[in-house]
Amino acid sequence: MSTAITHTAILTGRSLRGIWRMPVFLVMNLVQPIMWLLLFGQLFKSVVDIPGFGAGGNYLEFLTPGVVMMMALFASAWAGTTYIQDMDRGVMDRFLTSPTNRGALMVSSLLYQGMTTVVQTLMVIGIAWLTGARFHGGVSGLLLLLLAAVLLTAVFGALSNAVALLLRQQQALIGISQLLTLPLMFLSSAIMNTKLSPQWVQNVAAYNPFEWSVIVGRQALSAAPDWASIWWHLGLLAALALVMTWVATRAFRAYQRST
Amino acid sequence: MGSTIIESGSDTALAAVDLHKSYGGGRGRPPVKALDGLGFTAATGSVFALLGPNGAGKSTTVKILATLSRADSGTATVAGIDVQRHPERVRRAIGFVAQRPVTDPMDTGRENLVLAGRLQGMGARDAKARAGELLDRFALTDAARRLVRGYSGGMARKLDVAMGLMHRPQVLFLDEPTTGLDPQARAEMWAEIERMARDERMTILLTTHYLEEADKLAARLAIVDHGRIVAGGSPEELKNELHGDSVVIELDTAAARPAAAVTETVVRAQEALARLGTLRDIVMDDDVLRARADNGARALPHVLAALETAGVGVVSAAVARPSLDDVYLRHTGHTFASAQAGQAVAERAGDLAEVAR
Repeated sequence: MSTAITHTAILTGRSLRGIWRMPVFLVMNLVQPIMWLLLFGQLFKSVVDIPGFGAGGNYLEFLTPGVVMMMALFASAWAGTTYIQDMDRGVMDRFLTSPTNRGALMVSSLLYQGMTTVVQTLMVIGIAWLTGARFHGGVSGLLLLLLAAVLLTAVFGALSNAVALLLRQQQALIGISQLLTLPLMFLSSAIMNTKLSPQWVQNVAAYNPFEWSVIVGRQALSAAPDWASIWWHLGLLAALALVMTWVATRAFRAYQRST
Repeated sequence: MGSTIIESGSDTALAAVDLHKSYGGGRGRPPVKALDGLGFTAATGSVFALLGPNGAGKSTTVKILATLSRADSGTATVAGIDVQRHPERVRRAIGFVAQRPVTDPMDTGRENLVLAGRLQGMGARDAKARAGELLDRFALTDAARRLVRGYSGGMARKLDVAMGLMHRPQVLFLDEPTTGLDPQARAEMWAEIERMARDERMTILLTTHYLEEADKLAARLAIVDHGRIVAGGSPEELKNELHGDSVVIELDTAAARPAAAVTETVVRAQEALARLGTLRDIVMDDDVLRARADNGARALPHVLAALETAGVGVVSAAVARPSLDDVYLRHTGHTFASAQAGQAVAERAGDLAEVAR
């Protein structure tokens, strides 16, 4: 167990050194969410006027937690790229022929992704605040939003890593992540209140882990959070993150079987 | 040496017995046989080379021994440990330097080494000290604080080897350590490998498709062809087995234009030499005739005279002491260069098939 923790720490350190040397990636990944925030924010400004939308009349405030989760979803769906780079070199093979803990390889990747999600979320919230959005959840609300974003990152980061280990090709990874992320995003309340969508969308969204994170984030930032819903959906996200991490760690065996 | 003769005991660092491995062909194509009953043993504290063209099965063998891949059948032990039963124990005993670079280009040389050491269970201080020692040894101290992506090919490869040495493994796997290096970097790497084998008293399994490399570095070597060992022994033993010099004669077939006439020239040459009887193991490779003679220098004038009598022109003729290439030719029926070219084509076809999948 202590080996697993040591290995997780030094492998996470390796990833952090990388981003420290190339902080431009951190900023590059922010371009998209800022565009969503500003463009969607303007484009759909008046949807809040539709009867039954709610959200207290400010679409930017409604949209911000959705954009945070979209950012976390899209970034984590790419997480496997790092594995593919390591596989294209002999780095992955070196790890796997050494006593490097497999769980640590997976968890360190997710930890690193989670940390970048936290930094980027804070930046998006800051920009939303500068453009006039006001949040009422306080520090605890912000922490819950961050927790939901990190758990979402773990779920899809683990999935992306597993796909990378099984398919080993950048193109395949891109294809699958695109196939997955867009429907997940639109079958949710990230940019539109699903109460105004057809019933089937609401039904599907209830099983969408991305939607769970949006619910937690939006409730946590609201003035009167629905605590039962927050804890329930956080619990679902945490359970799924654990399962996905475990499954993805198993994918190392499949990688070695087919090597 | 037979391909499956095993001498076990504490002085055996590596033993592979009857290894088979196929990769799925996919979509109705038959599976590709990478290993077809490969077996060998390597003594502790020596350099053992697997020599063969690309695609012969060298890398697959190394991957199985280094616990990266599993054989379909057969057994293997590394430092006396069964690779299938106790892969985690094997991993503590080995260093693995893959064909591709094993370093992170976005870390410095020193950071790469320390990380590798820590993952092998070394403490932070030990790992730093050992990294400094290896950087010194490989003349990389000046580059220690630079990112690896800025290293030259030779420097990066030296760092790769240093990565495998961090935890002082009992067995070091070097999969084509000098492929892609320029001649000077290759010579430096050879000197390092020789020194390592001497100083660290470890077993090194080296794969190479350079005959010269195996000849220079390996105490013993095995020639791999189509997933099997076709010959094994020390480079000297293998050459001596050939008994005599190699004779290479390039026939003049340019005058004989139609293909049938070329064949006829070759047949005439072979018949003439068969009558003469001084040459053995005659092999034709296009219009180049390779053969062996007890005393090449004495045989050559008679050979040339016989060819002239038969009306076969000669472009060039050469006599040489036997080389590993001759050993290779003798055991596989083709020259190393032609195997290399043929395998490259087959491999490219394989790659395309993989992409298509």
